[in-house]
Amino acid sequence: MTGWALVLGASAACYGLKLAGHLAPAGWLQRPTTARTAALVTVALLAALVAVQSLADGRAVVVDSRVPALAAAALALALRAPFLLVVVLAAAVAAGLRALGWP
Amino acid sequence: MRSPALDPGARATAAQALSVSVATGAYGVSFGALAVAAGLTPAQALALSALMFTGGSQFALVGVVGAGGSGAAAAATAALLGVRNGLYGLQVAPLLGVRGARRLLAAHLTIDESTAVGTAQPTPVLRRLGFWLTGAGVLVLWCAATALGTVLGDALGDPRRFGLDAAAAAAFLALLWPRLRERAPAAVAVAAAVLATAAVPVLPPGLPVLAAVLAVPLVLALRVGRRDTPPGAPS
Repeated sequence: MTGWALVLGASAACYGLKLAGHLAPAGWLQRPTTARTAALVTVALLAALVAVQSLADGRAVVVDSRVPALAAAALALALRAPFLLVVVLAAAVAAGLRALGWP
Repeated sequence: MRSPALDPGARATAAQALSVSVATGAYGVSFGALAVAAGLTPAQALALSALMFTGGSQFALVGVVGAGGSGAAAAATAALLGVRNGLYGLQVAPLLGVRGARRLLAAHLTIDESTAVGTAQPTPVLRRLGFWLTGAGVLVLWCAATALGTVLGDALGDPRRFGLDAAAAAAFLALLWPRLRERAPAAVAVAAAVLATAAVPVLPPGLPVLAAVLAVPLVLALRVGRRDTPPGAPS
């Protein structure tokens, strides 16, 4: 599977997964355990994305300019900064450190 | 009845949707650049942003393709990362209460950002507003930025120079932050981050994030935060 077949096939699979969630029986989330588990799965995926986005370099775990950038973002969030400021601040810290020669 | 546009709550929701759309959309520049660098054509990169429309899966797909992985591996990784959108669908479908063509569109717009902004709003009307505005805003800006990225790809050089990789991590952290007010989600977040990081050297790209879902049964088995606010209560 290459080129357009990959693009369209994988896109169809991703859409199918989104739609499956919308078409699932309404009763599914009425049960407190299901609702709680679904919310915790979201938290797990987001936390994992934060970790992988800030520490993974291919198959290696590295500490580079992304880590202080993420710390700055966390500080900004603790101070209730708006979303865009948090994201721009993180980019600016990483870009600044790299301009200074950090990895 | 006052117009929703004049309502301060609606204005706050719209402002949040816009800032999330702009921040996420801007990151689409790096997706377009990376996709072209991985060997996709600009049209294929744009098709992924318009049709797949789920950043994690898109980055995973071009990552596997760029690293020389097979098409099947690239598609499987993208689909596995897309499983969470099915879970988001379960969460947002009852908030939206739509049928027919609107449901098909709602499914397409079900991503991290639209779910996060939608579910974070205080009232049912604002939850719907937050979901639709964020989903549509991200879709438009994400596609425009992808197109720009495919053009700028070479001129921009390494997206890391502009800290775009750190911006992505910060964006996910900002989406996670409001969900950490109680003990169980905080425990899950820490466990998931540790699991994902530990899995990075062991599992193929894309899978560490999915492996981190094991943090949920782990924390539930340990009964952390069993006295947290029950689901359905305002958080």
